[in-house]
Amino acid sequence: MAEKAILSGNEAIARGAFEAGVQLAAAYPGTPSTEILENVAQYDEIYSEWSPNEKVALEVGVGSAIAGARTLVAMKHVGVNVAADALFTLSYTGIKGGLVLVTADDPAMHSSQNEQDNRNYGKFAKIPVIEPADSQEAKEFIALALELSENFDTPVLFRTTTRISHSKSLVSLAGRQLHGQPQLEKDMPKYTMLPAFGRLKHPVVEERLQKLRAYAETSPCNRVELNDRQIGVVCSGIVYQYVKEALPSASVLKIGLSYPLPTQMIRDFAAQVEKLYVIEELDPFMEEQIRLLGVEVAHGKDLFPICGEFSPQLIREKVLGTATAVNTAADGLPARPPAFCPGCSHRGIFTILKKLKVFVSGDIGCYTLGALPPIQSLHACVCMGASIGMAHGMAHVLPDSDDLSQKTVAVIGDSTFFHSGMTGLLNAVYNRSTSVIMILDNRTTGMTGGQENPGTGKTIKGDDTIAADIPAMARAFGVKEIVSLDPYNLQEVEEVLRAELAKPELSVIVVEAPCVLRYRVSKPPMQVDPEKCTGCKRCLQVSCNALGLVEEGEKSYVQIDQNMCVGCTVCAQVCKFEAIS
Amino acid sequence: MKTVNILLSGVGGQGVLLASQILTRVAMAADLDVKQSEVHGMSQRGGSVTSHVRFGDKVYAPTIDPGEADFVLGFERLEALRNAHYVAPGGVILYNTMRINPSTVASGVATYPEGIEERIAAFADRVYAVDGLGLAEKAGNVRAANTVMVGAISRFLPIDENLWAAKIREILPAKLVDLNLKAFEFGQQAVAV
Repeated sequence: MAEKAILSGNEAIARGAFEAGVQLAAAYPGTPSTEILENVAQYDEIYSEWSPNEKVALEVGVGSAIAGARTLVAMKHVGVNVAADALFTLSYTGIKGGLVLVTADDPAMHSSQNEQDNRNYGKFAKIPVIEPADSQEAKEFIALALELSENFDTPVLFRTTTRISHSKSLVSLAGRQLHGQPQLEKDMPKYTMLPAFGRLKHPVVEERLQKLRAYAETSPCNRVELNDRQIGVVCSGIVYQYVKEALPSASVLKIGLSYPLPTQMIRDFAAQVEKLYVIEELDPFMEEQIRLLGVEVAHGKDLFPICGEFSPQLIREKVLGTATAVNTAADGLPARPPAFCPGCSHRGIFTILKKLKVFVSGDIGCYTLGALPPIQSLHACVCMGASIGMAHGMAHVLPDSDDLSQKTVAVIGDSTFFHSGMTGLLNAVYNRSTSVIMILDNRTTGMTGGQENPGTGKTIKGDDTIAADIPAMARAFGVKEIVSLDPYNLQEVEEVLRAELAKPELSVIVVEAPCVLRYRVSKPPMQVDPEKCTGCKRCLQVSCNALGLVEEGEKSYVQIDQNMCVGCTVCAQVCKFEAIS
Repeated sequence: MKTVNILLSGVGGQGVLLASQILTRVAMAADLDVKQSEVHGMSQRGGSVTSHVRFGDKVYAPTIDPGEADFVLGFERLEALRNAHYVAPGGVILYNTMRINPSTVASGVATYPEGIEERIAAFADRVYAVDGLGLAEKAGNVRAANTVMVGAISRFLPIDENLWAAKIREILPAKLVDLNLKAFEFGQQAVAV
């Protein structure tokens, strides 16, 4: 009997890459995709790396595939936007070694800024899209996707969602099979996309799509499960599991290759069932294609929402009209949002940014938590690296003023700076920005769990490497003076920020303070003198989970959890009664 | 075997995911189909954490809908109440009575609700409040409260008694095994079935 393991979808993808002989894997961390590369890195047989962003990761993958190696590149859905430039032309060049690009979508936005449906990229870039429905398929379909890639000379988009990536189910394991030795072959019309060669390639891509359509009809990814004929459901990915749970007697056309769709298979299935449902999370991606075939769809997005995640209950309710009687959730409960860790170096910075009432042009990372109550001082966040460009744009259109509420401070972390903040900074220098840019360098990719990055001096495997020097980079871009400050000294943070905001030129502040969670930074915990504490709650405004108010009759005072506090002193610095030491 | 649905809820850092791991590995050792789902990414920063564990002859969805959990296993009382509506008719709620202030309470924006125990009791006929923190301390480390709760729920599950200790030995680092076996046992003793 084959060895079995319980694996998340992400772990299974990594296992699939190992078994299918992948030789190179690259990624930039991003929930819900991060664990794919973390697990690939456990296999010594595969070269793996964190690239500084998704575009670079894909380009590294393109090189590997052109050299003939089987290749895996992974990212979250919005990462594909960054990598799209490479992806669309890779569709033209094709590959030599199979290349699979994993996109982990996030319906319901558990940990993302939007919920785009990346199946659309398959249609847009004219490449096949594979969707596994559990961990066993996540593993098997990786091998299948690599074969598809090689057989049709195309990159393959491998789409998961959070519930596939982060759900565990049983997987049978197998050994590793190798697929040839990489070797370079010079083939300019194939790999050099000058207009003349590109023009030759576009018809090849269209022809490939026709061949893929034919293949779709017999692909082992698609399967009909005929059952009761009253209801027939076309579905893919995690929705298949919800449908099986909610409508156990329905007939199902389970799609694993969601682009291009198996049109004849769909027609045949539709002819065998009384009512055809197309049930899919996010966009009506399959539904629109099926309607274009002239196949009658009884229900799709007329019943099911475009926004958010589905569940068996939702499907039962929409299809059968049977609402489950459910207790209503307890109401009026205080929310428990994530917060800066006790001792986090961002806390002091945001305490002062809030006090100064400036407009904070934010970015993506732990510091985005500065938008949550009670700090609520991060006023824009769009995409990776955007903080610097946005602050620069604002500074150029705002009138000169001493009013701090009309001034902007860009806040960006080290990993996000390496990802796509560097070009924003270069632009700010080049185009004579007057904005203030704070680079919070805590030497890790924190929000995704503390991965290595070009600044940490370690590779994904933990090997030593060169650590990027942010001040030196800024100087090379032309920044004359780089300001530094101690984020745990509130007075210093305020003085420096006030001085830099008053200057009529670009200001770059680099804050170097290691992540306390990742590097386990700890000093003796702080104590509150209950005699001196008046219960004014001022310290509570720094939003630290180690602090809590104790009420004893009339008297109230703050207590500090001695197990959580790491002695950063920020709360003590805001206390007006010297009650914390 | 009918599918068993367990909804675990607690606070990031409490070991909800480790407890889920023990449950799934035990079910796997019992030759059952198992699925488990969680949403992570923010769990290390003191936010609410839930994990869905399902096992039986054949399991499709990895998640449990409200009103369909045979067991709600709460690791903190406010989080137990927040997810109490997941309990199925006739289901069981087991929860650790300990309190952890959410950041909204710690910062004075909100207050920690009174009367949580009574409110939880209104959701099910069988509700077990466990002093997880106290029992973990008695076992040797407050951090083993998650294993206390696993011990408590083990009393209700149709799984071979011996598998629990075997899997705890397999999953946990050697130096933590004895402590956690003790915590597990205290959890078992804490509920009268």
